[in-house]
Amino acid sequence: MSFINYASREINCKIVYYGPGLCGKTTNLQFVYQKTAPDAKGKMISLATETERTLFFDFLPLALGEIRGFKTRFHLYTVPGQVFYDASRKLILKGVDGVVFVADSQEERMDANIESLENLRINLEEQGYNLDKIPYVVQYNKRDLPNVVSVEELRRELNPTDVPEFEACASTGEGVFETLKAVAKLILVDLKKGK
Amino acid sequence: MSNPQMVMYDEEFKQINVVIEKLLREANSKVIFLVDKNGQLISGVGDIEQFDTTSLASLTAGNIAATGGMAKLIGEKEFSILFHEGEKDNLHISIVGGRVILVVLFDNRSSLGLVRLRVKKASDELTTIFNRLLEKAEEKEKSGETDFPFAEITDDDIDNLFS
Repeated sequence: MSFINYASREINCKIVYYGPGLCGKTTNLQFVYQKTAPDAKGKMISLATETERTLFFDFLPLALGEIRGFKTRFHLYTVPGQVFYDASRKLILKGVDGVVFVADSQEERMDANIESLENLRINLEEQGYNLDKIPYVVQYNKRDLPNVVSVEELRRELNPTDVPEFEACASTGEGVFETLKAVAKLILVDLKKGK
Repeated sequence: MSNPQMVMYDEEFKQINVVIEKLLREANSKVIFLVDKNGQLISGVGDIEQFDTTSLASLTAGNIAATGGMAKLIGEKEFSILFHEGEKDNLHISIVGGRVILVVLFDNRSSLGLVRLRVKKASDELTTIFNRLLEKAEEKEKSGETDFPFAEITDDDIDNLFS
């Protein structure tokens, strides 16, 4: 849940990037990190294996600016995508304010996408969240590759509830900020309602 | 929701800082900070400029979450104290009132025994403050009082953040 500090006039929100292994969650964060002004970001932390696979999480704090005198900060996290790290994934979802599901558009990763999305729904429910009720967007990543599934099919399989969706190529940065902005906006609109 | 929203008011913020500043002196420590279990830094005192407290907060919460997961697997509710010993500096991490994490960084000018002793006393005081904070937030919510800063924001305010 977001943390509102009236004493220091800050509001902190947590965004989690979820998706199957090697879909580009860490790459999303790396691009955001590279393109953000130094005064608006903290250090990016990656708890990864020697082969650069995420072991526990990546973390990137971002300060977006002020709304009504409140400093607005977003903490971006990724989960480890590989199936056997499920215990770690559950932990990272604690206190989440918004979720980005990063799908791998390649045909051979379709099953992995579906499995990961089901896993997201189950793990959120364990924490008391409902995927249909929290700020949530979908990103179809790796659109630049030759063997991709059509957006229509991805939508049918991965976005039946018609949440905001974005085509992306995280390695070049296409669609990365659009995705982040969309989920941040949904979180702020949710906060506005004062749920 | 599993966890109610964390809200911090001026009054309690000051009280919390008084407690952790006292702990900083009495435990002869270098830095003390408080983090909520989701990884948000609540407050810090001491030599905090020397450290990246945002990252420390996030990793501390990850650490507590991971050991908490281990605790459950062996049938424990949680491990309420973690201690990390370094060559020069050490970290004493404890859970306060079930939802906040207290981190004490100290070197050889202090000792684990002293830190444990002082943390125990400070934890009780902090628990009282955090319980009051929770009650206060619940009361405000019940009475429908909205001093919530975001109630009035417009779409333009949100868009401006990204311009």
